Amino acid sequence: MTTEAVRAMPETTMIAVEHVRKSFGPVPVLKDISLSVPKGGVLSLIGPSGSGKSTLLRCLNLLTIPCEGTIRIGSHAMRFGPDHRMPRDRDLAAFRSTVGMVFQNFNLFPHMSVVQNIMEGPVTVLGRGRDDARDLAVRLLDKVGLREKADAYPDRLSGGQKQRVAIARALAMQPEVMLFDEATSALDPELVGEVLSVVRQLASEGMTMVLVTHEIAFARDVADTCVFMRDGFVVEEGPARQIIEDPQQAATKAFLSHFHKAAV
Amino acid sequence: MTYEWDFSFLLQYKGLIAIGALYTIGFTIVTAIAGFVVGGLIAVARLADARVVTLPLLAFIEIFRCTPVLVQLVWIYYALPIVIGVELKPATAAFIALTLYGASFFAEIIRGGIASIDTGQWDAGRALGMRRAALMRRVVLPQALKRMIPPLVNQVVLQLKNTSLLSVLAVPDLLYQGQLITSATYKPLEVYTMIAVIYFIILFPLTTLAHGLERRLAR
Repeated sequence: MTTEAVRAMPETTMIAVEHVRKSFGPVPVLKDISLSVPKGGVLSLIGPSGSGKSTLLRCLNLLTIPCEGTIRIGSHAMRFGPDHRMPRDRDLAAFRSTVGMVFQNFNLFPHMSVVQNIMEGPVTVLGRGRDDARDLAVRLLDKVGLREKADAYPDRLSGGQKQRVAIARALAMQPEVMLFDEATSALDPELVGEVLSVVRQLASEGMTMVLVTHEIAFARDVADTCVFMRDGFVVEEGPARQIIEDPQQAATKAFLSHFHKAAV
Repeated sequence: MTYEWDFSFLLQYKGLIAIGALYTIGFTIVTAIAGFVVGGLIAVARLADARVVTLPLLAFIEIFRCTPVLVQLVWIYYALPIVIGVELKPATAAFIALTLYGASFFAEIIRGGIASIDTGQWDAGRALGMRRAALMRRVVLPQALKRMIPPLVNQVVLQLKNTSLLSVLAVPDLLYQGQLITSATYKPLEVYTMIAVIYFIILFPLTTLAHGLERRLAR
């Protein structure tokens, strides 16, 4: 079904997904997914709800454990299937610490201040000193434009501010890859821009990213590659601009037509 | 004929009353702590996926929640020794009964508190690379404990009142001392009024504290 995968084989592949399958009980959600993202690449995953794109994203950092297949991030690879044992808590944690993730509902820790939220990973997981971690946290807050909110608690922040803190928290682990799971879907429209501009900045700095998004225009402008999923399959993939402006598959055209109508 | 209230004779029994109060408070503290520890272990074990673990624990909890604590007390004192072949002192039997009874309720409060934490918090901690124990300690428990405090205090209040059942096994708690004084003086009105007042004086600050915490945490 895939259109000619015209992506030139990159020297360094940062994310590789091979033949991943996932079922929840009897319900298959991912049916033999393979894709790869080069170092510094930005991939957007689009598709109707229930297409499996969020599940695929969660498989990339093993928040959801695939039933079969291989997930590779940088030099860490994990294989799943009947012949492979369920990975241990320690191995899962080590794998996840190299992947940053940003959630639709922010999931900040409400009992910690902004700066403590950002320090939590470096201190608890990486064992860095508190002063050191605080310096890093303040630098990251500068980067997302929220330095003055360092000592505020999450319930005092707007949605856009929360999401920028969540991005800083993920970056504090100095991940090789960042995953965004509908990071702007819970935001009021006027707050979407401030979050997208941080994502855009990360892209320009060469961060490897996978975005699950409904912001089709954003997917077109920031991502180099776009994957359209439906019913647990990759229907179409290719350069983002081409997929979004000139889709070849009927299902992709049908899906995108909703957005074109709304956007123009 | 009106009854002539006269509390003055109680003064000569102040030693007995003090011992009774100490037993009541002491048993409450000891069984609340032991019950909390046992309940906490049960709660954490119940979060496991294995039904071999969770089903027997659920059975334990329901047995202790669905039988009166007085029946448990008497059963553990009279029947358990025959089952296990070890004689139990009244205080030991009382300790076991109140601890396990408390544990069955504490376990549900703790499990409920942990389960009430949004799964997104687990996701966020896992995504940072936190391991299960760290995630529990750093993220889940600090939030869950806050929600658990009011029901835990309420359970301690009930626990203290339940210690009055110890008198059945001749453990010298407040109520038992009251019965003792009554049989020596034939003045149940004054004696039981005083006993009730002492319970109130101990518990009222505790329930006030629980209310205050509820209000503060609700904000």
